[in-house]
Amino acid sequence: MFKKILIANRGEIACRIIDSCRRLSVRTVAVYSEADAAARHVRMADEAFCVGPAASSESYLRGERLIEMAQRAGAEAIHPGYGFLSENEAFAQACHDAGVIFIGPPVEAIRAMGAKSAAKRLMDEAGVPLVPGYHGDDQDAERLQAEADRIGYPAIIKASAGGGGKGMRVVRSADAFAEELASCQREARASFGDDHVLIEKYLERPRHIEIQIFADQHGHTVSLFERDCSAQRRHQKVVEEAPAPGIDEAQRARMGEAACNAARAVDYVGAGTVEFIADDSGAFYFMEMNTRLQVEHPVTEMITGFDLVEWQLRVASGEPLPREPSALAIDGHAIEVRLYAEDPARGFLPSIGRLAHFVAPPASAHVRLDSGVEQGDEITPHYDPMIAKLIVWDVDRAAAVERMLSALADLQIVGVRHNGDFLARLIDHDVFRAGKVDTGLIEREMETLAPASPDVPAVFFHAAALALLADERARVATGASPWAAVDGWRLNARQHRTLVFTAGDQEREIRVAYADDALHVDGERAALEPSEGARYRLIYGASQQDVSLVGPAAARHVFAAGAHYEIAWRDPLAEAGAVDDPQAELTAPMPGTIVAINHDAGAHVEAGTPILVMEAMKMELTIKAPASGTVVRYDCAVGDQVGEGAELFEFEADAPDTSA
Amino acid sequence: MSVIASNVSTRSDEYRANHAALSELVGTLRQITEETALGGSESARQKHIDRGKLPVRERIDLLLDPGTPFLEIAPLAAHDMYDGRIAAAGVVAGIGRIQGRECVIVANDATVKGGTYYPVTVKKHLRAQEIALDNRLPCVYLVDSGGAFLPMQDEVFPDRDHFGRIFYNQSNLSARGIPQIACVMGSCTAGGAYVPAMSDEAVIVRDQGTIFLGGPPLVKAATGEEVSAEDLGGGDVHTRLSGVADHLAENDAHALSIVRRIVGHLPVATPSIAQSAPPEPPIYDSDELYGIVPADLSKQFDIREVIARIVDGSRLDEFKARFGTTLVTGFAHVHGYPVGIVANNGVLFSESAVKGAHFVELCAQRRIPLLFLQNISGFMVGRKYENEGIARHGAKLVTAVATAQVPKFTVLVGGSYGAGNYGMCGRAYSPRFLWSWPNSRISVMGGEQAARVLATVRRDAVEARGEHWSEADEAAFKKPTQEQFETQSSPYYATARLWDDGIIDPAQTRRTLGLGLAAAANAPIAETRFGIFRM
Repeated sequence: MFKKILIANRGEIACRIIDSCRRLSVRTVAVYSEADAAARHVRMADEAFCVGPAASSESYLRGERLIEMAQRAGAEAIHPGYGFLSENEAFAQACHDAGVIFIGPPVEAIRAMGAKSAAKRLMDEAGVPLVPGYHGDDQDAERLQAEADRIGYPAIIKASAGGGGKGMRVVRSADAFAEELASCQREARASFGDDHVLIEKYLERPRHIEIQIFADQHGHTVSLFERDCSAQRRHQKVVEEAPAPGIDEAQRARMGEAACNAARAVDYVGAGTVEFIADDSGAFYFMEMNTRLQVEHPVTEMITGFDLVEWQLRVASGEPLPREPSALAIDGHAIEVRLYAEDPARGFLPSIGRLAHFVAPPASAHVRLDSGVEQGDEITPHYDPMIAKLIVWDVDRAAAVERMLSALADLQIVGVRHNGDFLARLIDHDVFRAGKVDTGLIEREMETLAPASPDVPAVFFHAAALALLADERARVATGASPWAAVDGWRLNARQHRTLVFTAGDQEREIRVAYADDALHVDGERAALEPSEGARYRLIYGASQQDVSLVGPAAARHVFAAGAHYEIAWRDPLAEAGAVDDPQAELTAPMPGTIVAINHDAGAHVEAGTPILVMEAMKMELTIKAPASGTVVRYDCAVGDQVGEGAELFEFEADAPDTSA
Repeated sequence: MSVIASNVSTRSDEYRANHAALSELVGTLRQITEETALGGSESARQKHIDRGKLPVRERIDLLLDPGTPFLEIAPLAAHDMYDGRIAAAGVVAGIGRIQGRECVIVANDATVKGGTYYPVTVKKHLRAQEIALDNRLPCVYLVDSGGAFLPMQDEVFPDRDHFGRIFYNQSNLSARGIPQIACVMGSCTAGGAYVPAMSDEAVIVRDQGTIFLGGPPLVKAATGEEVSAEDLGGGDVHTRLSGVADHLAENDAHALSIVRRIVGHLPVATPSIAQSAPPEPPIYDSDELYGIVPADLSKQFDIREVIARIVDGSRLDEFKARFGTTLVTGFAHVHGYPVGIVANNGVLFSESAVKGAHFVELCAQRRIPLLFLQNISGFMVGRKYENEGIARHGAKLVTAVATAQVPKFTVLVGGSYGAGNYGMCGRAYSPRFLWSWPNSRISVMGGEQAARVLATVRRDAVEARGEHWSEADEAAFKKPTQEQFETQSSPYYATARLWDDGIIDPAQTRRTLGLGLAAAANAPIAETRFGIFRM
């Protein structure tokens, strides 16, 4: 076993690797960008080195510097995690050349699986089933069209060098092919510097089922069973589970064997994942092999009881696989959700900020949280906005579903928008519960997965009202003067107040009456007793319950009974004199870079005309004219970095009666 | 300190009867207070709100630090006067905390006859300014008034303590360094225009507040010029052109937030009276006061039972407990503030008067505030007492009380009759605050007593003419006097005319006093120089 390794990654996977290393008494060296100096993985590691500025290309992707750090720190090996350099053959080669062990497959295996078309040919030869398609080098548009026509529609065009959902186009009819092809090639060129594409048959309701394989340096290759990652949004996995629902032992064995064959075909060593596309008939086709540890590996760990990082370290240090194939079995069912800092209500736009409050369900044999951040940490725009992976295990799938819903209900996050409630609705969806998920489910069911806006229960407003009153008391009730008593004393009367709160577009008036030793809220005696941290006991009339409160009165996050609302107090004095800001739509909705300005200053445009384009968190946002009118002036230029709320341009709407 | 041992039996029939009677009086008080707090008619109130203006009490609630007390001054002023329609005399006044500073607030209620000034309105406004002067409290005027009530201009305009005195006071308060802040939230016409103009700092609400010496109708009549109220003297004009106001607010709440900001920059006074002990509630329940005070005022009760339910820890260190026993004197604390208590426990005799004078001297020298608990039918009369010079001894007490410069507080817990009222720091002796219990009575003498005096004089005259005056005739003769006294000695009659600063629930006496003491602590205590004591 190694004595010390360097982890060439960040976030939750770096933390997760450090966890295993600690257990195995392997010392750890972390690397970090300037933006990550205080990140959790840095705090956890025995040593840490800064490798450059925030941009990944100048820090986490600088292979030669990482190797230099490993050598300087005396690390024997580098664990690349996932993403970044984990599937970069040049990096693996450089490690090898420098005498540092790359904890991953041999360079040749990475190369073989990296080129998608070549990989498929290889798989074809190894007898691994492939989706009917065209993987040829002839990239002539007419030839590609002809191949697509042969395969039949719907067909899918993919960038050969692609991955992660980029550079893919589904074509549903022959006449749409040319346009989609051009678009796909453009994106491929931009993203990968290579517009080589392949064409495949497109399965209408495909499932994404992948096999976790493991191979050692002694010629053993095993399957650690399948994971079902069909729940995807725009080709990004959202929920993963193991085992896959509805897969019988025979099919499991067939898929496991095919995956092992795929690995053997490239002399694979280490952890790898063979991804298949499958349909209801039991047919499955090879898609690709990921030559690294997957994000979703914890579900496999939960049903096998193995630590896959430990396996990786053992295999990389030359040990044989820790278990005989016959000793492998599935125990129970595991589900993982990817908790992202994104706003489902705004098209899943990334949401960055500081995690002012982050309380996860307590870890147990049933619940696991893999996270790279803690309360107080930042979700920065520089990297993937994943907050954590939440993994649950239970004896069967139905129990695991309930376990996950309960864990998601216990999750409390303030500071960024996140997809927790969306995930809960997905897990709770009939189709998911029935185990009938296909990769198109989320897009198809987006409407039913959208947040319902039921009446916010009164308890949330009551808690917010009591918290406000407690805040006021803390501010005002200072010293022993009878004037500082906060009991609404009036000569022969008591003060009554009506407090106005809003939750989203819901507004509610809460009546507060002061009494000698109590407050009455909406007619009931009520109190908020501090418990621990953000937790309080809400006593209301003859009932009690736990609530958690985070944030100031203007945006108070109230957690109660597994639900969460942001309750805002409408402070009459704070609101006073506020003027409507007609400029609101003309400001940057989030931090980003201006990539295009479509019109000159002074241009007259119709309502809805795209004015400028900004790129933020790898997504393009188009800022449109709020009305018909004139762009008076730009406050930004192409290439500018702008912060959230920055004014982008001044716009003068047409007077309503210009024609009159 | 010694804890007062209470001898009250809460199970006695007498206690229960007393409790029921006083509870009912307090219930009535609360009900009248609640009704009065509504202000003008429902239609007037609705109209006010429809104009985008906040009701006067909501304005005050927003102005004060949230949830903190508001010690209203004479909330039942003008009660049953002027056909009973002028709730609170059309102006809400009181003391409250703004940004941690006790301030006097005077706020017109435009829903009550347009906030115009009746004679009692003026009296109340002046009383509020007097409180500001005595206790050095910044004044905040929330102006929304049509000015003097013209039909009664003879009782509002010309005299010393009429409308003009408001501005005289503003100048002199300001001259003494007591901040004057006006917030114009509605009309502010004619003489009223001087409230903001005489202020140190003034806020005005756009499209609501107007300040002008002559309104648009008067301007048109005088010069023919046609001009809108806003153009003549609106918020924009006064903050941009005329400089009559300093801050322009978009609405009521905005204006109040500006006032809060202004007050937040005022200096904070160093208290002249320290809370020398940690505040501590009495050991006896204040609710028991209801059962202690007899429904029939002619029945004597031990004033120590009342003191035991007002002072901290029910502790009283009596002074001269064995001498002049009809006056109880002693040291105690209320909400941690030291007080010297002077309380009636029977008719005043020479000894009790001299004891009281001695005790007031002690407190004045030691700068301890005085609390007078009045339940006094008067000084003892009769040949023995006159001959021993009770008037001379009474004069000592009156001199001491009148000239003592420590803050004085008076509570009428029972009767307040005759010269007893003087010796016990009645209204004429300028206590910082004077409050009445709902069971109290105030008059020069008892109604029956007065009727008998008049009847005796009459009978003597009739019988001197050799005529006969029947019992029935005498009873008929006495009745109007009895009725007059009955009406005029009522605490409601008194409070309507600002003879006190309000009727209070006996159970709230301690709290009310605590607020008064803390307010009084804002003003330094002057050196006392007593007059000549007739020896």
